[in-house]
Amino acid sequence: MSNEAAIHTDVHTHDSHGHHDDHAHHEHKQHFITKYIFSQDHKIISRQFLITGIFWAIVGGLMSVFFRLQLGFPEQTFKVLTMFLGDWAHGGKMDPEMYYGLITIHGTVLVFFVLTGGLSGTFANFLIPLQIGARDMASPFLNMLSYWFFAIAGVIMFSSLFITTGPASGGWTTYPPLSALKEASMGSGLGMDLWLVSMALFVVSSLLGGLNYIVTILNMRTKGMSMTRLPLTIWALLFTAILGVLSFPVLLSAAVLLLFDRHAGTSFYLSEIYVAGKALPNVGGSPILYQHLFWFLGHPEVYIIMLPAMGMASEILATNSRKPIFGYFAMILSLIGITLLAFLVWAHHMFVTGMSPFLGGVFVLLTLLIAIPSAVKVFNWLTTIWKGNIRFTVGMCFALGFVSLFISGGLTGLFLGNSALDIHLHDTYFVVAHFHIVMGISAFFGMFAGIYHWFPKMYGRFMNNTMGYIHFFITFVGSYVIFWPMHYEGVAGMPRRYYDFSNWESFKQFGELNQMISIAAIIVFIAQLFFVFNYFVSIWKGKKVTDPNPWQSNTLEWTTPIKPGHGNWDGEIPEVHRWAYDYKDDGNGGDFIPQHIPLKEGEESH
Amino acid sequence: MSGLMLVFLVVLIFVVLYQVARSSEMVAQIQGEQQFDKKRNKILGFSMLILMIAFFVGIVWCHEYMLPLMGPEAASNHGVQYDFMFKVTLWVTGIVFVLTQVLLFWFCFKYQRNGDKAPVFFAHSNKLELIWTTVPAIAMAVLVAIGLKAWFTMTGEAPKGAMQIEIVGKQFNWISRYPGPDGELGKKYFLNINDKDNLLGQDWKDKRNMDDIIIPNGELRLVKDVPVELIIGSRDVIHDVGLSHFRMKMDAVPGITTRIWFTPTITTAEMKIKTGNENFVYELSCDQMCGKGHYSMRAIVVVETQAEHDKWLKEQKSYYVQNHPEEFPAEAPIVAPVDSSKKITMNK
Repeated sequence: MSNEAAIHTDVHTHDSHGHHDDHAHHEHKQHFITKYIFSQDHKIISRQFLITGIFWAIVGGLMSVFFRLQLGFPEQTFKVLTMFLGDWAHGGKMDPEMYYGLITIHGTVLVFFVLTGGLSGTFANFLIPLQIGARDMASPFLNMLSYWFFAIAGVIMFSSLFITTGPASGGWTTYPPLSALKEASMGSGLGMDLWLVSMALFVVSSLLGGLNYIVTILNMRTKGMSMTRLPLTIWALLFTAILGVLSFPVLLSAAVLLLFDRHAGTSFYLSEIYVAGKALPNVGGSPILYQHLFWFLGHPEVYIIMLPAMGMASEILATNSRKPIFGYFAMILSLIGITLLAFLVWAHHMFVTGMSPFLGGVFVLLTLLIAIPSAVKVFNWLTTIWKGNIRFTVGMCFALGFVSLFISGGLTGLFLGNSALDIHLHDTYFVVAHFHIVMGISAFFGMFAGIYHWFPKMYGRFMNNTMGYIHFFITFVGSYVIFWPMHYEGVAGMPRRYYDFSNWESFKQFGELNQMISIAAIIVFIAQLFFVFNYFVSIWKGKKVTDPNPWQSNTLEWTTPIKPGHGNWDGEIPEVHRWAYDYKDDGNGGDFIPQHIPLKEGEESH
Repeated sequence: MSGLMLVFLVVLIFVVLYQVARSSEMVAQIQGEQQFDKKRNKILGFSMLILMIAFFVGIVWCHEYMLPLMGPEAASNHGVQYDFMFKVTLWVTGIVFVLTQVLLFWFCFKYQRNGDKAPVFFAHSNKLELIWTTVPAIAMAVLVAIGLKAWFTMTGEAPKGAMQIEIVGKQFNWISRYPGPDGELGKKYFLNINDKDNLLGQDWKDKRNMDDIIIPNGELRLVKDVPVELIIGSRDVIHDVGLSHFRMKMDAVPGITTRIWFTPTITTAEMKIKTGNENFVYELSCDQMCGKGHYSMRAIVVVETQAEHDKWLKEQKSYYVQNHPEEFPAEAPIVAPVDSSKKITMNK
């Protein structure tokens, strides 16, 4: 079998002895470096992605705490800022250059390194082979490279924080000419080059990973695992990978053209500019071209973030409601709809760039169409828990929280997607509230749900439940406290990416509110550290898993040993006989029938 | 040092909390895990209900706190249309929001596991799925129809006879240009720009430039009930003309000219009375990230009556005359200096 051959080095032992002797499970003694660092085991790689993602989430979160201090308390000074930012916060007051650097890097690392790398990287790697019944990815070597490109991209991005001209500071979208001209902003110097190189490497990582995920899902499913028996997690991860493979190269091209404009004297994005006392020779380019290229990735990107969270939430909601997911095929169709439409809505980020109003109209129509598959998903989730037997595991709480946040954030999208309303709300705090709720917090909730749910499979131990519930309630309430009032600020026209509002007659009345938001943000940040603490302590000290299927789930990953080795199953890979959602009477008093159990006589398959 | 203490304290709190949390799991083992899980599930199911109540109370409370802080009514023709459309969208989304959130939390409470119910196998229903595909589709169609109607009015051609004003962004302030008595703006080219005597790079061979008036702090003087078309440009990076009181916004892109038009309907003086705020001003904010001074890129918009506007216009000298006084020795009186006290001092 091809998938056995793919990981020949240490699975050999399984093949030669394992088939006949289930007890004799000899693992090669692997060196620490090949086992934990340059590992080709998808489970190790997924944990590498997750822990790197956690690191970046802490960095990005800490940055938000710093700039929330500035936004909430513009008059005050903070020693902690000088401690971390040094001369960028002389006397405890953050420099505007640094403020813009922090919001830029905060956005970049959370969107790309945490919610793309950390989320898809972790769960695509972990769940695809385990849930489709494969011993590893199609190419474990490319998979390893994917992680290491991600890691190097991270190192480069991190190093940009320490250079004298500071990190890129043009916002996470880095629109030229601001990002192209070092005369226009300090962050557009070396910091911007590092940003571009880091993103280029990240694109490489994402492509290596994505191609691998697609090939693995299409080719390496175990016997009986037809596409229509796949759990929705896998369907979601498949479309995530397709979105990434088709759209990330466009970001790469945008980045390369920008590098040319910066260093090779080309004029792709530059025209008729007078900056820092002199006119530049560039004519004929268009800064809007960059925006088209950027958002051609940028919009699918938000679905790259959302789909894995949707898939995991579907799986966790069904398992913990003890009911099949409602409308399995409708769920797949809506994923397909979202994937297709995700490529056709990018210009809704550009309604006020002066684009043709007719074209704007087309994009309004396509954008609001995407609300339909999203609505179908929400109603299907609600029907899934309807008349269920809900078990509030920590993972389930986060999955429920995910649905609530997805509804709230999704609905505000109907304001922004409608160009006539966007014409006022564009680039205000309404946008900040919208995307933080819908693709920031709700994707994080999907990710937390996944981590709590699959932690027992990852480490053979449980995370601490009580701490998990505390984490859930603080994060859920705190997120709404932070972002709900921002909608109002946005409706009042308060622009995003402002360092200080106190001189604005129209916006200064929100000072007290901004303070409250900052305090809530700090509390929520500390609650996340609480989670990180729980995560790492539970790896070694958590309660041990004794039941191989602790959640009484149907999917294949729970048929592996409690701590699966490289190759996942000791003996043969189980054959699949039914879909992933047979949560029903098994005839012996149980309420679920795993996928590898053959159909009973007279039983209809789904 | 105190920072280190703080970190130490936080870690200590974490350790204590973790130990407490662990001991609660010990209790679970002593009590019998199933028993404990059952009790906990009940508490959590109930707390979902409490969460829902807290959520909605919070929303109402937040709304009441925010309402007095919100800006005044829309001050333009488009703004009135905008506010109507906003309300329609708010109602549609509001109904869906309340309905789905209530169902979500109510189901959590209602269908928590008690251990005595048989699981319900309900995997799919064509009828239900058809309903919740078509209903949102119809709602979307309505929103798109209202939206596009408003969009095409707002972005359509400016009415004939609209006042034209150019507004140009640069790091970090706005510059406005008025056409002067001939009613036409002259040509400009970026290579002619210099900060000493040609802020916008006007081409002096074009005679239409001679009477153009430039206000270097970007002040916009609009006339009540007279449509105005803004001709928007940028000297360096992308900026954005944000006019939140008029519900209008448009990017200022180097190398490209963009336009918006609207009709102001309330003068600044009237708005001062309406809001009861003596300091009320219409503000133009930069809404596109443009560098370290982005947040300070402010200009004042004055809406006045035609008579006031004419009087103001008469007092202005053309930019050319200001910079070439030797060619126009007879001209008097000297223009009042532009009010610079309202400019924000940059924080550096």
